[in-house]
Amino acid sequence: MSTPILEIDRLSIGFAAQNRVLVNEVSLSVQPGSATALVGESGSGKTLSMLAVMGLLPAGISVLSGDVRLDGASLLDLPPKARRRKNGSDIALIPQDAMAALNPTLDVQTQFELVLRTHLRLGGAAAKARTIELLDQVGIPSPTSRLRSYPHEFSGGQRQRVMIALALSCGPKLLIADEPTTALDVTIQQQILDLVARLREELDMTVLWITHDLGVVAGLADRVAVLRHGRLVESGTAEQIFYHPEHPYTRQLLAATPTLFDVEPGTGA
Amino acid sequence: MNRTSAPRTEFVRLPRSSSQPGFLALYWANGAARFGLITLLVILLLVLIGPLFVPFTPEQIDLSLKNQAPSLVHLMGTDELGRDVFARVLDGGRLTILVALIAVGVAITVGVVVGAIAGYFGGWVDNVLMRIADVFYSMPSLFVVILLVALIGPGFASIILAISAFSWMTTARLLRASILSLKKSDFVQAARGLGATDLRLIAAHILPNALAPIFVAATLGIAAAVLTESALSFLGLGFQAPQATWGGLLEEAQRAVISGGQWWRGFFPGVMIFLVILSVNFIGEGLNKAILGRKEHGE
Repeated sequence: MSTPILEIDRLSIGFAAQNRVLVNEVSLSVQPGSATALVGESGSGKTLSMLAVMGLLPAGISVLSGDVRLDGASLLDLPPKARRRKNGSDIALIPQDAMAALNPTLDVQTQFELVLRTHLRLGGAAAKARTIELLDQVGIPSPTSRLRSYPHEFSGGQRQRVMIALALSCGPKLLIADEPTTALDVTIQQQILDLVARLREELDMTVLWITHDLGVVAGLADRVAVLRHGRLVESGTAEQIFYHPEHPYTRQLLAATPTLFDVEPGTGA
Repeated sequence: MNRTSAPRTEFVRLPRSSSQPGFLALYWANGAARFGLITLLVILLLVLIGPLFVPFTPEQIDLSLKNQAPSLVHLMGTDELGRDVFARVLDGGRLTILVALIAVGVAITVGVVVGAIAGYFGGWVDNVLMRIADVFYSMPSLFVVILLVALIGPGFASIILAISAFSWMTTARLLRASILSLKKSDFVQAARGLGATDLRLIAAHILPNALAPIFVAATLGIAAAVLTESALSFLGLGFQAPQATWGGLLEEAQRAVISGGQWWRGFFPGVMIFLVILSVNFIGEGLNKAILGRKEHGE
């Protein structure tokens, strides 16, 4: 095993003031090029862990102990400015609700320009060319003609595609997909999941899936970690988790996924 | 692992929806808003280029023609020094409207800065700034404005300072409220996830989404500023004679109207103030409705 690209090392997160722990000593190691899934019900701490990785924890909540390392270097030791620069360049996030994640007052090209200029110092024609390339990559038809379109002129699935293109714009090493399909209807969900899986292979990226739905990650993830009440319940390869779940909670989760047993794991949900 | 390869889904490109009425169309459909805009534009035109067509200057004295009722030569009559009231109303209007615009500009700028800082950074900064706003709200503004002008002495700068000092709070509160809700919105979080800085978040992502209510507040603020300036001038604390303003003209007209029955001296400046306030309010109301209407149509 090579150095993990992302290593969460006994990370605890909580309200420092009230001494309340929300995420308790969670460890997770993500190998480069892999697809790892962090699975758990609402409130299990999966989103908090993700926010801690990005340094975006809400006010009052902070990392109590443990470490987060990207390529072997601690992220928590970085000054805020350097940390922020990692977001969008080394680590990128596909947010839950793409319908709401694009700025409604800016056209698509401007939103790309803002990101490209911040991280790659690309402007003008270079930024435009890169934007067209990215939009094409995520399957937006005739991207050149859509540059001046506003988010509301795209359909839900297309908006999520634009959001994915935006996340990919600076060639991230690690892509965090935070329930990227919850706001979409089922047919579009499959398209988006397939898109991310395809891009992962094409661009040789590492993807961290965050979801409450084991059915979504079956076939997408090589490794699965199950969280509950802020604790890591079980982690292992996808086969172990799906075929030989050890923890009763994992079995419950599997049983709660109605379509799971109609589909052979590893062939797509 | 046998992954499903992503199909390149082809979408049929829909034409831009043209069925949704635009902002301007919504505004124009509102009769009162239309009236307000046209009236205000006519008044602005009159005030700006009208003096070129009036054969009298506002301070041209002709004692042989004093206290004339309106006629074709003197459209709004003359005053006790034989000055043409029409020329004075136009000249005064220019100053009154200019003062109102600058005062509102200053107030909006201060309000936006204070509101943005308070809303975005929150915590004790927010508390201090909003309590200061409360203090300004709780003072009876006209009395303090009168006191302020009396202390500094009347003049262009002091009048603008006095008006804007008591009209920035609404903007600050509106913007703070919008920022508080926008700051939690998904696209601001997403932009932060993509590495945007604080300044970028405020300037590019939050402000443009919070501007609509501020435009409305600014429009209504112009009406309030015209009234305050007129009230100051009426009390003799505004611009000093012989400079005409609408409030000042009303003040000069008091005795002429009451004891001399020269109705035109007070009527015309009063009507101008009335029309400006009315049309500005209609415009503000129209903007507000058009913004809301567009939101109802689903952005």
